[in-house]
Order: sequence, then C-alpha cells, then structure tokens
Amino acid sequence: MSDTVLPPAAAEPQEKTRRWGEGLSLRWLQHAGILGALALFVVLYLFYQLSHPRGFSGQILIQNANEVFALALVSMAQTMPVLMAGLDLSVGAVMTLVGCIASHLVDGSPGEIAAGIAACIAAGAACGFANGCVVVYGRIQPIIATLATSAIYVGLALILRPTPGGKVHEDLSWAVTSDLREFAATFGLFDNGEAAWLQPFAWIPVPLVLLALIILLVWVPFTRSVTGRTVYAIGSSESAAYMSGLPINRAKLAAFTLAGLFAGLGGLFLALQTSSGNADIPQAGAYTLNSIAAVVIGGTSLLGGTGSAIGSMIGAMVLRTISFNFRIFDVAPLLQPLFEGLVLLAAVSLGGLKLLRLKNKLEVFR
Amino acid sequence: MSRTADTSIAPRILRLGSDDKPVAFAAGFVLLILLIGTGYTLYTQGSAPLLQPQYLLQQLQVGSFLGIVAAGLMVVILLGHIDLSVPWTLTAAAMMATAVGGPWAIPAGIGVGLLVGIFNGLGVAYLRVPSMIFTLGMNAVMRGLMVAHTGGFAPQTAATDLMQYLAVARIGGMIPVALLVWLAVSVTVVAILTRTTLGRGIYAIGNRERAAYLSGIDTNRVILIAFALSGAAAGLAGVLLAGYSTKAYQGMGDAYLLPAIAAVVIGGTNILGGRGRYLGTLVGVILIVLLNSVLSIMQMPEAGRQIIYGCVIISMLLVYGRGGRVTG
Repeated sequence: MSDTVLPPAAAEPQEKTRRWGEGLSLRWLQHAGILGALALFVVLYLFYQLSHPRGFSGQILIQNANEVFALALVSMAQTMPVLMAGLDLSVGAVMTLVGCIASHLVDGSPGEIAAGIAACIAAGAACGFANGCVVVYGRIQPIIATLATSAIYVGLALILRPTPGGKVHEDLSWAVTSDLREFAATFGLFDNGEAAWLQPFAWIPVPLVLLALIILLVWVPFTRSVTGRTVYAIGSSESAAYMSGLPINRAKLAAFTLAGLFAGLGGLFLALQTSSGNADIPQAGAYTLNSIAAVVIGGTSLLGGTGSAIGSMIGAMVLRTISFNFRIFDVAPLLQPLFEGLVLLAAVSLGGLKLLRLKNKLEVFR
Repeated sequence: MSRTADTSIAPRILRLGSDDKPVAFAAGFVLLILLIGTGYTLYTQGSAPLLQPQYLLQQLQVGSFLGIVAAGLMVVILLGHIDLSVPWTLTAAAMMATAVGGPWAIPAGIGVGLLVGIFNGLGVAYLRVPSMIFTLGMNAVMRGLMVAHTGGFAPQTAATDLMQYLAVARIGGMIPVALLVWLAVSVTVVAILTRTTLGRGIYAIGNRERAAYLSGIDTNRVILIAFALSGAAAGLAGVLLAGYSTKAYQGMGDAYLLPAIAAVVIGGTNILGGRGRYLGTLVGVILIVLLNSVLSIMQMPEAGRQIIYGCVIISMLLVYGRGGRVTG
C-alpha cells in the first residue's frame, strides 16, 4: 500500500503519467467489490423508486433511511473483525444492550439527554473493548470469544429490560428520524429550518447525514492511521505484520472497540426509532447474521485484509432494498424469506466464477 | 506438526496428552456443576435429586438431541468450516418427517438433512464460497421453504409412533432409546474419524488443505461428505425432536446451533479445524445440558442464565483453548 519513493531522475514526465494511469486502474480494482455493490444497490433502488406509486418522494426516502440505519451501522461494526479475518457474533447483542440502556437514559433535560447519549456510546465502546481484551489477552478465537460475550451482553440487556418498554425523548426521536428541515425546526435552528441556504439540502433524511458524518469523522480517519493500516495488515498476514513491527495488540483492541462503538450507535438509533428498548434475542441474532451477509455483499473478504466499512454500509442498503422491492411487488409474504435466501445464495455463489480464471489449482486453497 | 497430528488422530484414551486436557477439565467441571447443584438442593430442599440415576438419564435423554447435532457439527468444524444451516435443516427435517408420515417418515427427515448437507458441501467445496456465508444462505432458503410450506403456522401433522418411540421410550423403564440413538451416532462418528481414510482426510484438511490436496486427497469430496454428514445429523436430531414433542413447529431448531458450537469448542476442538477428539464433544454436550438443568433447578432467570453461560465458555477456553502468541 505504501507509495513507491522514486529518485528524482526516475520521475520523468512520461514515466510518471504511465505510473499514474496504472495506479488508477489498481485503485479501481481495489474497490471493485464496493463498486459492484454500489451498482447493484443503485439498480435495485432505482427499480424500487420507479415502481413505487409514490416514488421519488421525501417520505419514502426518510422511511427507507430509517430502516437502513441500524443494520448499516451493525454491518460496519462487523467489518472491523472481518478485516482481521475474524468474526464478531456479538454485534447484534451490543446493539440490543445499548438500545436497552438508551431506553432508560435518553430522556429528560437537554443535559440529561446529552449525558445519556454519551453513556450509550461509551457502553457500546466498552463492550467492544471487552471483546478486544478477551481476544487479545485471552488469545481466544474471535468467533468463539464473541459468541460467549454476546450471551453476557444479552443477559445484561434482559436485566435492564425484562419486558419491552422504556421511553426516549420524543422530540429527539422525531428529529433524528425525519429530514433536515424537521430536525432544524424541532430544535429551532436556522430559522426553524426555513433558512434559504438550507433549502437545497432540507430534504435529506437525518439518518443519512449521520451515516455520512460517522464515516467521515470516524471511519476515514481510522483507515488513514497507523492503527487502521495495521488492522488491514493483520488480515493479510498477522505474522508479517508482527515482523514489520506494527502495533498488533493496539490495532486489535482499537478495531474491536470501534466495532462496539458502531454497534452501540446502531442500538442507540434503534431505541430512538422505536421509542423503546427491547431485549429481543432473536432480533439480535438476526442483525448479527444479516451483518455478515452485508459485509460479504459489500465486497469485504471473510479471509481478511481487503474491504471497507463503506462497502458493508452499501451491502446493508442492498439487503434492505431487496426487502423494499418485495413490498412493492406484492410477493406473497410467505415467499419473501425464500427469495431473500435465494438472492443471498446467488450473490455469494457468483464468487465461484472466479475459480474459472485460476490457472494453478493450488490457488483454490487459501 | 507430526507430533500433534499423532495425538489428535489416534485416540489414546488412557494417556493424558495435550488433547486430553480439555476433556479432563470439562469432565471435572461437569462434576463441579453436579456438586454445586446438589449442594443447592440439599440446602433448600434437604434432598439430592441430581445424583439419582433417573434424573441423570432424563438429562442425557434431553441432551441426546443436542449431542447428535454437535456430533455432525464437529466433523465440519474439524475441517475448519462451520455449518450455520443447522437450525432450519433440523426444523425442515422434522416438518418433512411429520408431513410424510408412515414408514417413510424417518428416511424422509434424514434425507432432507442429507440433501441440505450435500448442497452446503457443493457450495463450500466446489464453488469455494466461505462456509460461514453459504450455510447461512442455505439456512435462509430452508426457512423460506418451510414458511412457504406451512404458511407460517405450526404444521398440523403429528410424529409417527416410531419417531415417538425413538425419542421418548425407555428400555426396561430405565434406558432412554434416544440415548441409544445418540450412542450409535457417536460410535459412527468415532469410527469415521479414527478408522477411515475419510477421517484422516478431515483432520488433514483442517490442518492445511493445500498439503492434503498435494498428498492426493480429493479434498472437495471429503468436504462434501463432511457437510452431508452434518446435515444428516441435524436431520436425525430434527426427527427425534419432532418425536419428543409429538409434532414439528417453527423455530424448533433455533436453540440448537450456538449450544452445539459451544459444546464442540468446550470439548477442545479447535474452531480453526484440524484438532479435537470426539470424547471432548461428548463431555461438552453433557456439560452444557447439565449447566442448563442445574440453572433451571436454581430458578435462575433467563438473564442470569445467559451471563453465566457466557462466563463459563470464556473461562473454560481461557484455561485450555488459548491460541499461540504470534511470533513471526
């Protein structure tokens, strides 16, 4: 990944152009997975909007964005361990636990709400950090370690919310699940959302803005840091990363903490969206399994080393868009699970085509 | 490598090698659970029902469903793969068995499991889709098929008499037939793992598939058969479970996947494949079943049960399931 340092003599104009072009095609190749997922999403989503009786309206976009947000964040969380060739079976449980915490704390005065949100984020990160400690210092395989911790987190969630219920601040709940104009109006910002400069953006749903902010403020800086690069290096070859003197333990701890943070943010949003907390074990499991599917659709290799949380976010959008389409086309509800499964199988089986290109049979085995 | 391969392939029951540590430790923990449970009942009720053979046999009967699932799953985990399609394979087998009924009920159930397993094997071995995601997809497809088949309701068909006999009956009023079925499955799996080239192939692929391939093993075929075995085991468990509850119902397999993985891993099988003994899985299943049972005797709420469950898995693995340090 590091740039080749050329001596000044070698960097002649002609040479340079050619190298730049090569670099560009390499970049395209590196992001082929994401671009493929993005193309799939755009096609599916356009199809959905075109067939929807009230297509291309703000309401539809807001509704879709709300349904995508939690799964997108849980999938981004799942990306972190998958990049290191691991798997985190606790992302759904962390989401559920933080959702239950939010249903207790995110209410009252603005100060209390802020403290409550901070507590939720901290709790998510703490769960992730605990996972990281078990994996790094306990040296237990991530998939098993998180299988165990997910039971613990679900247990804690059940203690907090034996039955579904709780309450979150209504204005906040409304504000984050609608578009920017409503967001501004709820909090009396920018002339109650009527400011002229805001109008071109006023239709954008708040969840999409939050997703973009999380990616720009958390994910992008992380991948540019040494710790982030180390996460990728561990996935490619842990022993090579070790021999290169990279901070392996720090990177693993950071990756799991970030995974917990993302999953926690997803849980916080879910609590805001449903205005309640619910320690729903099947739902936690469903989110975990869907997150794995989203990660794979988003072009991240389960063998580690390549991929991106952005791809997983798009993967989550693809998964959700498939269900949106079912609604439109009146697929009998009883057949929907079957089609979802078949689409998933077909999508992952396409990867089998690359076997046809292999010249050396040994390359089949990782 | 050769030394570890020796201890993992050949079963030496009496020698305490590196692979015996998990078995011994898990067995010790089983005794600890029984002691704690007995202490609790002595304190609260003044009796010790946990130590009665009747109670233990009852637990083994309930545990045999989990045991059969875990036996099949272990074969796949030894390859370094995993089978997440267990829940709905099990449910589909149960529903098909009750739907077919008559003398063909049990072959139909096991056949469904076998078919799902073969599909899994084709996807994982020949298409090279990661098993994690392919079996997940198969699980979704089976769920979809069953939801479409039953309309989302519990099917009205009932288990046949033979299925009920296998799951509930007791020989001489003591030995549950289900336990004997579990025993038969166990003997089959042990024989396959230790006495056949297929078994050696499974361990070899789990250690390094490239090397296995270069040694002349048809690795794709071995993977296919291993997944087929796992599917068939899940199917058999589904048939028995339907016999136990006299009918099939939605989601009956959901409670079997994660405990089965936990049982296999607690028994000392490496989740990355290549190492592990069947005896460990057997002890792991007994541990999970007894833990569940003692916790329900103590009237532990679901929340506490989950937390204890997680803590037990982590602490067991901290003792003997730790990986090596990366040193280049």
